[in-house]
Amino acid sequence: MTLDSKIPAGPIEKKWDTHRFNLKLVNPANKRKYTIIVVGTGLAGASAAASFGELGYNVLAFSYHESPRRAHSIAAQGGINAPKNYANDGDSIYRLFYDTVKGGDYRAREANVYRLAQVSNNIIDQCVAQGVPFARDYAGYLDNRSFGGAQVSRTFYARGQTGQQLLLGAYSALCRQIDVGSVKFFPRREMLDVVLVDGQARGIVARNLVTGEIESYAAHAVVLATGGYGNVFYLSTNAKASNATAIWRAYKRGAAFGNPCFTQIHPTCIPQSGDYQSKLTLMSESLRNDGRIWVPKQKGDKRKPEDIPESERDYYLERLYPSFGNLVPRDVASRRAKEMCDNGYGVGPTGLAVYLDFSDAIKRLGRMVIEEKYGNLFDMYHEITGEDPYKTPMRIYPAVHYTMGGLWVDYNLMSTIPGLYVIGEANFSDHGANRLGASALMQGLADGYFIIPYTIGDYLATTKFKAVAEDAAEFRGVREELSAMIKKLMSINGKKSVEEFHRQLGKIMWDNVGMARTRESLKKALEEIPKLREEFWNNVKVVGESNDLNADLERAGRVADFLELGELMARDALHREESCGGHFRVEYQTEDGEAKRDDEQFCYVAAWEYAGRDKEPVLNKEPLTFEYVKPSQRSYK
Amino acid sequence: MNVTLKVWRQKNRNDAGRFVTYEVKDISPDASFLEMLDVLNVDLVKKGEEPIAFDHDCREGICGSCGIVINGRAHGPGRGIATCELRMRVFRDGDMIVAEPWRAKAFPVIKDLVVDRTGLDRIMVAGGYISAKTGGVPDANAIPIPKPIAEEAMDAAACIGCGACVAACPNSSAMLFVAAKISHLALLPQGKVEATTRVQRMVEQMDKEGFGNCSNNYACEAECPKEISVLHIARLNREFIKAKVL
Repeated sequence: MTLDSKIPAGPIEKKWDTHRFNLKLVNPANKRKYTIIVVGTGLAGASAAASFGELGYNVLAFSYHESPRRAHSIAAQGGINAPKNYANDGDSIYRLFYDTVKGGDYRAREANVYRLAQVSNNIIDQCVAQGVPFARDYAGYLDNRSFGGAQVSRTFYARGQTGQQLLLGAYSALCRQIDVGSVKFFPRREMLDVVLVDGQARGIVARNLVTGEIESYAAHAVVLATGGYGNVFYLSTNAKASNATAIWRAYKRGAAFGNPCFTQIHPTCIPQSGDYQSKLTLMSESLRNDGRIWVPKQKGDKRKPEDIPESERDYYLERLYPSFGNLVPRDVASRRAKEMCDNGYGVGPTGLAVYLDFSDAIKRLGRMVIEEKYGNLFDMYHEITGEDPYKTPMRIYPAVHYTMGGLWVDYNLMSTIPGLYVIGEANFSDHGANRLGASALMQGLADGYFIIPYTIGDYLATTKFKAVAEDAAEFRGVREELSAMIKKLMSINGKKSVEEFHRQLGKIMWDNVGMARTRESLKKALEEIPKLREEFWNNVKVVGESNDLNADLERAGRVADFLELGELMARDALHREESCGGHFRVEYQTEDGEAKRDDEQFCYVAAWEYAGRDKEPVLNKEPLTFEYVKPSQRSYK
Repeated sequence: MNVTLKVWRQKNRNDAGRFVTYEVKDISPDASFLEMLDVLNVDLVKKGEEPIAFDHDCREGICGSCGIVINGRAHGPGRGIATCELRMRVFRDGDMIVAEPWRAKAFPVIKDLVVDRTGLDRIMVAGGYISAKTGGVPDANAIPIPKPIAEEAMDAAACIGCGACVAACPNSSAMLFVAAKISHLALLPQGKVEATTRVQRMVEQMDKEGFGNCSNNYACEAECPKEISVLHIARLNREFIKAKVL
């Protein structure tokens, strides 16, 4: 496999403009002759589908939800970055670019990141025009707050529901296109495979989740906007249905998988409280603007937080990182919290938590201001834990939140399969080894509104297509494979539920491929995952019928894929003998416990290529070069 | 804690449906209502019985997927929460809990507790947007909006589209849902351009879907997980009359 990133030549600030000019265009009258399939209608998918529709393409959009508004983008809380410099604090496109490359610990492509920073300003304009009710100051202008890894205020927000408001904006743009008939929306459809004809992605096969029917849809190009795969860990902040099936099946059809081991562990989540727990709840990073993180100075101090005097508290982030303080990037904050707990300073009943304290902020700003900024988050915390964070500090602990890895894409966001595009969290492109806060919404919408509408046109304009219909042999073949797989899942009739397998896999992943990885732990995972997978295919019990709404069967297919993906993640983590961003190998750390990169050997994207069942995947490398932001030991001190 | 659960089971749209009773044992009071259903479902699967189908996803009260009528109340006891945010600690040990789907003509049951709410999407498609094409818009700060107006628009925009307002209403009216969107967009200068056609088309679609009318019952506001005020319904009515009369 050859990896051609197609990065345009020229100075970084000109690359995107030059490229846009060089892209071939499809004549407006010809656009309706092209059909584009968009799978997933979260921020990236909805914005892409709406923008394609506006351009005049014929769009088929698919979601396993009943409505695009249910996509997990909706749960993003804190905000979206853009270097508008409205705060007059020295922000610029270059600074956002710099912060993102550095925050990603020098494992992202400079050209992609620069483009992201460039178009991010347009996103804010677009969203305001759509009616997104961003927070405003008393003059009526937009307000900003700060996020981790940045020393400027560039984060736009709508209370603690920014993801919701942006998704509803993209959803409304999509509704408009459904209204005019350029987009046809298919609810409750789960894409199970991509169909290749003569090596080009020419359609998908999906399961109608209500009737169980296996349906085929043909097109000229396919766009995957199917999100991340954090649920491989079972417990994560992802929604319950979030899964890797679409990208995993595309991988098995020939799309390379970039940096699968790059997982983000978010530092501020509500700690786990019991075995019944189905998911972990995030408390937005924005809370670190005003909340102070601390643990007692004395190990195993069981006093109530209110009873521990100021002098006996260790505000460890402020102590270790005086210039960024509580706003260090997520990977650093998570690792330090784990370290504090591992060393016995953790609080709460399990000892796996640290305090996030608002008492100083409430004293300084008053309860009203805190309520206005974070009211819904405080309510959510109260609801879940039964404790009032206005009165006592929150307890938080890191949890799996986002996957920087994903399908490999070139500068045009096309995977290694011609005609198969991947956008949003589903691709690997912009965040390197660690994503900065408020950058996920930015990337999803940048890809969907402002990048793929241009790049896909070039492909359509320059590619020869033969006529392909849904009854073509290629579609029939894929349908038959999928029906056989479903039949197999339904017929095993073993003793263990899908849920139990998923929890077991999650535990293997968290213990061995989680926040601190070692050669031994990764080797252990590589032994245990195949064993569990083997057991799954012999002992899983899936009940109900396949021609009916059957959540158990849906989950079985997703867990089957997680059982393969988990292995690839462990393999990738084992091969990357360095620490960078969210990938922390215990063997590779500096004296003061920071991630120690090895730029000599690992300054590349690991793009894994499927080699067939039970065969080891092939590692391809895309070297990364840094012309503008020179790699150095990240310092937030 | 132990509870007795009486759940609506219905195989599909055509099945008549019935209540089935289950005993659920040793549930932690800190577990959520949906986690209690998870535990029950694993037991059912192991016994070879079909698990209870229910919609859910984010489990933090924002995606709007979940929606169960619990003990006669949409999203169960408590104010300002969705079903997924309901914790077992609000019940007492030994309680009998009744769980039903949203009941409304416009929300046909798909299976057990899962209903078809795509009618709400069709109302959105009929004008619940501002026709701003991608690109070609002014700088975000070119449209200053007074803070109180922006805040009120945000209050309305917080709607998660779960349909609890419909389920709670004796007329199965979707007025609060429609009002939230009308109000959000009508308050903002960007939304005023299309306000007249928007309100007419959305109300027309709402009627077409078979949702009932508003008789100022206010059950919608009481059960809304985002506590959206019925004052937005007043604004919807005003916008509608304005569109018809002026």
